[in-house]
Amino acid sequence: MAEAQPAVSLNGVSVAYGLAGGGRYEAVQPVDVSVADGEFVAILGPTGCGKSTLLNIAAGLMPPSSGESVIFGQKLAGLNTVAGYLFQQDALMPWKTSRDNVAIGLEVRGMARREALALADGFLKKVGLASFGDRYPHQLSGGQRKRVALAQVLVREPKILLMDEPFGPLDAQTRLIMSELLLDLWQADRKAVMFVTHDLDEAIALSDRVLVMSAGPSSKIIGDFTIPLKRPRDIAEVRSEPEFHRLHSQIWNCLRDEVRKTYGLSDKGLADKNGSAA
Amino acid sequence: MSRTKLLFLQVMVAVVALAIWHVGSTVPVGAAANGKPVFLLPPFFFSTPWDVIKRVATMFIEGSVYKHLMITLIEALLAFAIGASSGVLIGFWFARKPLVAAVFDPYIKMMNALPRVVLAPIFALWFGLGIWSKVWLGVTLVFFIVFFNVYQGVREVSPVVLANGRMLGMNERQLLRHVYWPAALSWVFSSLHTSVGFAVVGAVVGEYLGSSAGLGYLIHQAEGVFDVTGVFAGMVILMIFVMLIDLIVTAIEKPLLVWRPGETKTV
Ligand SMILES: Nc1ncnc2c1ncn2[C@@H]1O[C@H](COP(=O)(O)OP(=O)(O)OP(=O)(O)O)[C@@H](O)[C@H]1O
Ligand SMILES: [Mg+2]
Repeated sequence: MAEAQPAVSLNGVSVAYGLAGGGRYEAVQPVDVSVADGEFVAILGPTGCGKSTLLNIAAGLMPPSSGESVIFGQKLAGLNTVAGYLFQQDALMPWKTSRDNVAIGLEVRGMARREALALADGFLKKVGLASFGDRYPHQLSGGQRKRVALAQVLVREPKILLMDEPFGPLDAQTRLIMSELLLDLWQADRKAVMFVTHDLDEAIALSDRVLVMSAGPSSKIIGDFTIPLKRPRDIAEVRSEPEFHRLHSQIWNCLRDEVRKTYGLSDKGLADKNGSAA
Repeated sequence: MSRTKLLFLQVMVAVVALAIWHVGSTVPVGAAANGKPVFLLPPFFFSTPWDVIKRVATMFIEGSVYKHLMITLIEALLAFAIGASSGVLIGFWFARKPLVAAVFDPYIKMMNALPRVVLAPIFALWFGLGIWSKVWLGVTLVFFIVFFNVYQGVREVSPVVLANGRMLGMNERQLLRHVYWPAALSWVFSSLHTSVGFAVVGAVVGEYLGSSAGLGYLIHQAEGVFDVTGVFAGMVILMIFVMLIDLIVTAIEKPLLVWRPGETKTV
């Protein structure tokens, strides 16, 4: 077999949004991103830099302004049907219970309802919500909703997982448990993952590669770090390894300047402010 | 506030209103030059609560009212069924076909701006004095309420939920069933009380303006002979009728809207 095809390959993808006033906002300038099959790639970047935008392109929810996305060697036209997408915002159907929300992705495929519900219950159990199957989304906490959404995506066993800050609203402990769960599930049956997060520790602990995006507008990928930590990993333990700290400071250096740019601060600006305050 | 206290206060409002009416219409405040007593609320114009209650009771005991109730109920139900189903269908169609919506938009607005009462005579001409002229009057009222709500509901489906549905593999038909339809239905239900109320209004106004049966006809007939007690009795029956329907609507919508974030109960 020749070189395996990447699961996701964004070739020279740029995105510009049309603004209501008739203007144009260049969100992402041409970038190349490639995610191999079975690879776990984290995307880090300051808020508003275009992380969700890139995931939307990979999901086929909108076409890029230029360039193309290629999924397992096929140029993507329309929806990416082999991908599961965990949205940043609440995306559960409010009129369905947790079980029905999870089962619906199987039912629309033609699976019998009984069977779909049984599988849904299994996944709800995996995300720790076994007794919450009959609740409606508005009766769940933000973190619980995220977990139902995770089950909703995972139950369909997509070949590619697109996750947009899946653990955003969770507390630190649950975050750890959920990351462990995700790693376990991923370890068992390796899918390609694009994982957007704000949390540098989480990015390093989970992934094979970390991509850093620059601040918008016209953001690009300014860092591509391979994470050579061995697998399978223990998320709690891996954070104490020296290698982890080396990677952390390396990536943080790259990220810091971008985060500052987003808030209109330069290195110098920050120093000046400190100076005048003193 | 506790339920009993609320109920007590609500009943008090009725008691006070009835008491004022009773005193005003039965206790003379003086005498006219010819010796006739003078009332704050002359019974000729205002009747008295007791007379009205007796009249309502007689109508039910003698059974003369059931036929009229039945007619009004049938008219209102038909108006609601036809108006709501056409409102849902056309609302859906317009929401999914922006071009159609844009073309018809000014006409829909024009028709909705028209006071429906002016249609009653022309409907009587077209559909006769039987129930159908009243049904269609009710339909013109119900249709627009349901139509606007469904149109709004379908267009304002959360884009994220919609994108999620697509990513979960739904085709257009499945999106319609699992996303658009429940979203639109919730809007229909939120306007259910209004639209059912308007179905009754259509029926009664239609009857009032020309018919030989129904609650509107009863009231109109009583007015024709200055039978104020009869008018009030008809109004009381109409109010009870509408309230019962409203209670039934509440009972129907409750289980259907459990998913909606309503009041949160802690126990
Ligand atoms: N529909 C849109 N129209 C115009 N501009 C948009 C639109 N969607 C996003 N943008 C802009 O594009 C940029 C990238 O947005 P995106 O949602 O991808 O950011 P993000 O990296 O996911 O941010 P966050 O971490 O806060 O979620 C932002 O500056 C945003 O304002
Ligand atoms: Mg985002």
